[in-house]
Amino acid sequence: MSRQNCLVTNDWVCLEYLDTRSQELIDATVQHVGITAASVAIGLVVSFPLALLARRGRLFAGPVLGVTTALYSVPSLAMFSLLLLVFGLSPATVITSLALYSLTILVRNVMAGLEAVPDEAREAARGLGYGPARMLWEVELPLAIPAILAGVRIATVSTVALTTVGAIVGYGGLGGLIMSGLRSDFKAQVLTASVLCVLLAIAADLLLLLLQRLLTPWTRIRTAPSGGHISPTGVAKVTEPA
Amino acid sequence: MNALSGAFEWLTTGANWQGERGVWHRLAEHLYFSGVCLAASVLIALPLALWLGHIGKGGALAVNISNVGRAIPTLAVLVLLTLSPLGRYGDAPTLIALVLFAVPPLLTNAYLGMREVDKAVVEAARGMGMSGGQLFLRVELPLAYPLIMTGLRSAAVQVVATATLASMAGEGGLGRIITQGFTVQNTPQVIAGAVLVTALALLVELLLVVVGKVCDPMRGRAARAV
Repeated sequence: MSRQNCLVTNDWVCLEYLDTRSQELIDATVQHVGITAASVAIGLVVSFPLALLARRGRLFAGPVLGVTTALYSVPSLAMFSLLLLVFGLSPATVITSLALYSLTILVRNVMAGLEAVPDEAREAARGLGYGPARMLWEVELPLAIPAILAGVRIATVSTVALTTVGAIVGYGGLGGLIMSGLRSDFKAQVLTASVLCVLLAIAADLLLLLLQRLLTPWTRIRTAPSGGHISPTGVAKVTEPA
Repeated sequence: MNALSGAFEWLTTGANWQGERGVWHRLAEHLYFSGVCLAASVLIALPLALWLGHIGKGGALAVNISNVGRAIPTLAVLVLLTLSPLGRYGDAPTLIALVLFAVPPLLTNAYLGMREVDKAVVEAARGMGMSGGQLFLRVELPLAYPLIMTGLRSAAVQVVATATLASMAGEGGLGRIITQGFTVQNTPQVIAGAVLVTALALLVELLLVVVGKVCDPMRGRAARAV
């Protein structure tokens, strides 16, 4: 009885809502995860060539860091609207915007990770006859993983939050439920979607932390030389765009 | 590219700048929200962060608040506040949300700035007989200044962006030009609004970079210090 009533009385917490609209919630969550994953994946792929370019010297580093920082200060609503010109009302608008935001964090962390590779490791590889490409792939990248994944964690958490704004072009995952809940004054829907969004961010963060542990078993060996150690709390001192 | 020339036309039409829904009025709303909230956030966050940094406590709080802030969607907070009883008090939800999202970058950066002051310098200052207050004003604060300004810049950018999002929860500000454009399916207006918001955000960032350089307490001293 009282469970039925909570939809009528428009309570913030309503189990009946969870029962009757579970499919809606699942669909929105799936869209949310898809948009976030695609954005961070594209951001990561694009950030590598940019980071490699930036470390070639100050001539490239200045523009790369400058442009990615400037992108970060563009408010999300404006970014989505500007990309509307290119992609129209499609998921591509949201994914491209979020990938551009993630670049700021990812490029910096990839650069920091590569910079922190100990010179001895590089010299040893060179002595073994490794060329630049093999050195990058087999020596530098594996050693940079902790810093790169720290960046991926920060980027993913802020992307999960930002995806909600995609509701303005119709692809905001849980943000769509938040906006339609606002329009119809449906409190349970807004609160449930908001809480799911935060839980999603936390789950993604923990999952990536686990991945980092699996990929870098050597960082847990205390006796290893600590040269080039990178703190796992993230390198980029930036905040998220809203 | 029709929409682009349409946006240019929208921006150059005088009527779009006048009146209740015009650009000037929306800009004034935006600057009012942003200015009031940034000032309030500075008053809340900076004394706390500088004090915590000076006594060297509360580091976990100061650092984690930024991580927590990152996971919370701004839009969700704006909408939740609007639907809450606070929503009856006009601008209150927007003002509260703006402050909530501006405090973390200010707090974290100012705290880190204070903590990253070279311990040897602090001890030298103490050895010279400086009191706690002198140490704070003449050593720690000038050395922490760059990071404090970084925090202020992040907070300002955050505030401008959040004030834009407030329009999605039905508030005013420049974002309203964008959301209204979506409502009436007027793409040129959406683009025009986006251009205005982007220009404002970049201007604010640039202004704070310049202010930061001009007010730098170490300006012109670095050369002698080496």
